[in-house]
Amino acid sequence: MTRKQRRLVLIGSGLVVLAVAVALMLNALRDSIVFFNSPSDVVEKHVPAGTRIRLGGLVKDGSVVRGSNLSVRFEVTDGKNGIPVNYQGVLPDLFREGQGVVAEGALDPGGTFRADSILAKHDETYMPKEVADALKRSGHWKDDYGRQAGASAGGGGK
Amino acid sequence: MIAELGHYALMLALGLALIQGTMPIVGTRTNDPVLMSIAVPTALAQFAFVATAFTALAICYVISDFSVLNVFENSNSQMPFIYRLTSIWGNHEGSMILWVSILTFFGALVAVFGNNLPAVLKANALAVQAWIAAAFHLFILMTSNPFVRIPQAPFEGQDLNPILQDPGLAFHPPLLYLGYVGFSIAFSFAIAALLEGRIDAAWARWVRPWVLGAWMCLTVGIAGGSYWAYYTLGWGGFWFWDPVENASLMPWLAGTALLHSAVVMEKRGALKIWTILLAILTFSLSLIGTFLVRSGVLTSVHTFANDPMRGVFILAILVVFIGGALALYGWRAPLLKQGGLFAPISREGALVFNNLFLTTACASVFIGTLYPLALEALTGAKISVGPPFFNATFGPLFIPLTVVMPLGPLLGWKRGDLLGAAQRLLAAAILAMLAMAAAFAIEQGGPVLAPFCAGVAVIVMAGAVTDIAERTLVLRLPFRVALRRAIGLPRSAWGTAFAHFGVGVTLLGIVAATAWGSERIAEMKVGDNLDIARYRITFTGLFGRQGPNYHDIVGRFIVRRVNGDLIGVMEPSRRTFPTRNMTTTEAALMTRGVSQLYVSLGDPLQNGNVAVRLYFKPQVLLIWLGAALMFAGGALSLSDRRLRVGAPQPAKTKAALHSAG
Repeated sequence: MTRKQRRLVLIGSGLVVLAVAVALMLNALRDSIVFFNSPSDVVEKHVPAGTRIRLGGLVKDGSVVRGSNLSVRFEVTDGKNGIPVNYQGVLPDLFREGQGVVAEGALDPGGTFRADSILAKHDETYMPKEVADALKRSGHWKDDYGRQAGASAGGGGK
Repeated sequence: MIAELGHYALMLALGLALIQGTMPIVGTRTNDPVLMSIAVPTALAQFAFVATAFTALAICYVISDFSVLNVFENSNSQMPFIYRLTSIWGNHEGSMILWVSILTFFGALVAVFGNNLPAVLKANALAVQAWIAAAFHLFILMTSNPFVRIPQAPFEGQDLNPILQDPGLAFHPPLLYLGYVGFSIAFSFAIAALLEGRIDAAWARWVRPWVLGAWMCLTVGIAGGSYWAYYTLGWGGFWFWDPVENASLMPWLAGTALLHSAVVMEKRGALKIWTILLAILTFSLSLIGTFLVRSGVLTSVHTFANDPMRGVFILAILVVFIGGALALYGWRAPLLKQGGLFAPISREGALVFNNLFLTTACASVFIGTLYPLALEALTGAKISVGPPFFNATFGPLFIPLTVVMPLGPLLGWKRGDLLGAAQRLLAAAILAMLAMAAAFAIEQGGPVLAPFCAGVAVIVMAGAVTDIAERTLVLRLPFRVALRRAIGLPRSAWGTAFAHFGVGVTLLGIVAATAWGSERIAEMKVGDNLDIARYRITFTGLFGRQGPNYHDIVGRFIVRRVNGDLIGVMEPSRRTFPTRNMTTTEAALMTRGVSQLYVSLGDPLQNGNVAVRLYFKPQVLLIWLGAALMFAGGALSLSDRRLRVGAPQPAKTKAALHSAG
């Protein structure tokens, strides 16, 4: 092989790998990203049933009902709108009424959110960032959330 | 008094860094050996002062001096001694002190062990190292001073975040930082080479031990973090594709590529410009990792505080160093002498293949990690890019790499014999096929991907063994002769084999634990049984237990085989820390061979029952055992005489011809 051919092989194989990688990434970005929504987003944007989303807000006080076999039902609210959530499994350490929560799953046709995971991204005072932003937008942000978040300076989970 | 001493030492270190960053460069321009040699004593003094600052902070923590804000916020006199010590870096300010301590430590090492370096290269490299140090000293002094006092000292501290009260904190951050910061040496040498406008194969020989050392530390640092997350988060996952994990994986991938391209540069004088670029990129990714984790753009257990000023400052450091380095590269790299080309089928060709796939895999992680941040900044839409994205991109890019991995060491330099190498791998390939078939049969019609990946893992391991067998001719010569050959092999050849074998071991662990593990989640009352794999656990009740600064509610489970043989007891708990009113899950693990049983408790329910998560993780320990093997491989390679005898030797010594690098 001449120098030129060798260089062509090198550059050509580099471009092929790069093209494959770009195709893989575009494909994966189309299929596997999950949007974050507050309850108001869900209502206003008419998120269709079956679409995987993350739902974030506060666990409404007094809404947690535990059923048999670790099933639990609660309402996620941002002060304006509320979405009922069903989940079966072990709740994270800091799941509490009145605290921020992020649930991942999809709406069923009846309008209930079926969560397959509840994210444990907060400690006793910390508010998940997405939830804090959503609450600020809906005007239900209380200043003490922010103060606490600043003071505790740390997140749970990973 | 001690805190003020530390603060003052840090300021002096900044001053020294500024001198070290300028004078030697002036010296290289004016050809003044005295100015150039200033780099050595300033590097040593700078390390001494930073070490003083670190020691001062350590003393404040050990004597629980709560008049220091940083100690008050992150420590507590009730904490065990080891956690009072490790909480030095269990917070933002302290971890940055650790960062600069390691940075200046490496600078001092270059100053001490760099006697055989050309004077100009050494002066430039130490100067660049000092710029990095100066930027971070300034960052600490202006935004993250750990020595700030509280006017009226509180009686008791606020305690360390309970999740961090774990032996893992003693190892994980320092090892990770040794890795991140170790790559700064390669960066400094790359910039020095560009400043000087001259680069040769000897450059790779000087830089490779540093890259190797940093890579080893990063490997076990990441593995340690993964094991820590596995046992502490309570649901048995060992890798989450979380942005903070990706932040450490990216420099590892780029560093692995750098390690291999430096071999080509050292042995064959090729890929010079590419190696320089990789050296710049690897440390840039380390800086980006520091930015992602420390700036507060991501919220995680690694984010200690979100002072916007800090994020902006680190971003400025990023822009200046990465932008500056790449601009310098764009300007000077075309002036460097091009290296030789080589046939595609050769050892070099295999290493280029390795680089190509490692860097594209790294790019896919980069995009998956930063795309959500960019999208939110540009459009305000919040998305999460999770495991499905990485499984669909990183996986397909990593598997070809591992398939080709066993071939590389069997190919010759310059022009390799692919058919011959493939023939020598025949036994390994047959073994892999058998493993694949066995896995498929045992799995009974599950997904095809898992047995395939297990087969790939086996061929990687068998390939590493084949490499050593071929070099020692163990199957063709009498055993004693082969043994003598094995002892005579360059340590770097053993290192390659160990590290490659380790990759196969880790891959096998990942495949087995994710594809063939099982999981049970149930509500249990006293006396209930739960079966998993070949085991049965029985819940016998809850009891309380007092620790030094926490209270445990412990669940007691008796573990038997399904046929009734008693194996042992597992005691997972819910641990409450009164100072922060925070509860953590302490999972119980039982090791069976290299597999593990894993039990963790949920919140106790009102009726006295417990929510239990029970996992069986087959071969899970292989994941971290593989990382240990990679570390051992690196250590063997580092102990190679060739690397210690630093003086550039003619490339074609006998050792060089035989060594795999």
